Amino acid sequence: MPISLDEVRKIAALARIELTPAEETRHAATISAVLDYMKILNEVDTKNVSPTYQVTGLTNVFRSDTPEASAIVNKLVDLMPVTGSGELVVPAVFKIG
Amino acid sequence: MNLNELTITQASAGLKSRKFSSVELTQACLNRIAERNEKINAFITVCDELALGEAKKADEMIARGVGGPLTGIPFAVKDAICTAGVRSTGAAKILDNYIAPYDATVIRKIREQGGVLIGKNNCDTFGHGSSNENSMYGPVKNPHDLTKVAGGSSGGSAAAVADNMCIYAIAEDTGGSIRYPASLCGVVGLRPSFGRNSRYGIMPMASSFDTVGPITKSVADTALVMQTMAGSDPKDATSVTAPVPEYSQELTKPIAGLRVGVPQEYFAASGMDKEVADLTKAKISALEKLGCKIVEVSLPYTKYAIAVYYILVPSEDSSNLARLDGIRYGVRASEKDLYDIYCQSRAAGFPEEVKRRILIGTYALSAGYYDAYYKKAAKVRTLIIKDFTEAFKEVDVLITPTSPFPAFGLGEKANDPLALYLADVMVGPAAVAGIPAISVPAGKTKSGLPVGVQIIGSRLNESVVLRVGHALSLRA
Repeated sequence: MPISLDEVRKIAALARIELTPAEETRHAATISAVLDYMKILNEVDTKNVSPTYQVTGLTNVFRSDTPEASAIVNKLVDLMPVTGSGELVVPAVFKIG
Repeated sequence: MNLNELTITQASAGLKSRKFSSVELTQACLNRIAERNEKINAFITVCDELALGEAKKADEMIARGVGGPLTGIPFAVKDAICTAGVRSTGAAKILDNYIAPYDATVIRKIREQGGVLIGKNNCDTFGHGSSNENSMYGPVKNPHDLTKVAGGSSGGSAAAVADNMCIYAIAEDTGGSIRYPASLCGVVGLRPSFGRNSRYGIMPMASSFDTVGPITKSVADTALVMQTMAGSDPKDATSVTAPVPEYSQELTKPIAGLRVGVPQEYFAASGMDKEVADLTKAKISALEKLGCKIVEVSLPYTKYAIAVYYILVPSEDSSNLARLDGIRYGVRASEKDLYDIYCQSRAAGFPEEVKRRILIGTYALSAGYYDAYYKKAAKVRTLIIKDFTEAFKEVDVLITPTSPFPAFGLGEKANDPLALYLADVMVGPAAVAGIPAISVPAGKTKSGLPVGVQIIGSRLNESVVLRVGHALSLRA
């Protein structure tokens, strides 16, 4: 099933990636080819098969939630693209008024 | 022999007996990098000063008689693994300025032992690729033929080890990213069982597939590095608490009597190169001469592994890579509003293949398609695991080629992503099942390109995989 340019644009918006028109065209073609290949899975009868989401068999791995002093707080702040007074700065989320 | 050409075992013995110092060994690797990296492009960052400083400290450790087998040994790290104080880009422009604030657990263990971090290896961005042509820092070239690919995604790591720019490398394997380039570059690469080594500090691609392991010049070296890396980590809840065997001792056990399975589906793969098949068969004969019992086995769901892999991995990917949005770290490409920051930062910071994988994953997980793609693939994954479980009732290991063909030309498959995905046909299934597999050199084609064979073992049974790989490489 080929995917359309509109579908590519819709997924790209969901994935928060701006694409150029040329990229949209290329992705529509290559993703259609990939999805077409995936049809091979329809040959497999999976009616009574449970899905595998992880391979370790581990369940409920807990640790105590104790605060620890972090030695890297300043480094993390230094990595932020825009800071003010030692805190992260982003454009306003809500418009005022 | 130049110092940079030594294995870990040889270099460690030389350091301990004071034949040479870690500073001299490190300088030999740095000289090789200076001479060759421009042609091969195996490193994104070279840590000259830092490495020589760490080497000096390692020499002091050796003088005091402390440390271990990795003390003073220069190693390189895939750039998708965090290294404290050193730029870690994942080969993505969105992290072009990212200085990791901490070491990945496996790197911390090696550096605490006095390992010398020499630089960061080029790779397909965030591990997305099989040819190392999807790096935003340019493709890696194969040291055996500069017109060919090095393989991916850990192409820089494999090329650096093959070209003696470091003594060994730490890389990451989600669906073949250690084994595949190791095979194309003629070195040893181990994908450990999922959960054997901590993933903490590894830039995540697919959290139910990602593993971190060594690329080395010998299987004995792989055992040494694994001994330091392996073990559970409170910072990775998916790491397993199973005891870690003494890998170097396991290597020396005899292999006579082991049952070696030859899965017919792997040899029937379309596009299989005749020289690759012949070199693999020669290795099977070598194992038979060493007293192994060769058994034909069938893994009927093999042909579905790539489809399963390329649905599940992009799905996990699209979720994992959502953290790269230009907000808290990395390169922010806009200041207009939040939506624009996300869209522009990701547009400028990711290469086309990363965008493609995120789009495929987003599609496979979206309402209306989830059952048809993601859930279907997760069910077939169960059947692929069952294939292996059944096979390992009959045999101790499986032997296959690592790649259906030797290194191909740069650009040859660049416009056909599906053709590149299918290059993973031999390495994908073990990744889907979370079991260990090693690629060891099997010889070269007439035109001088390396070929690797893959030994696959049951879950957490790295020991037997290393043992068979070691026996094969001694007989090479």
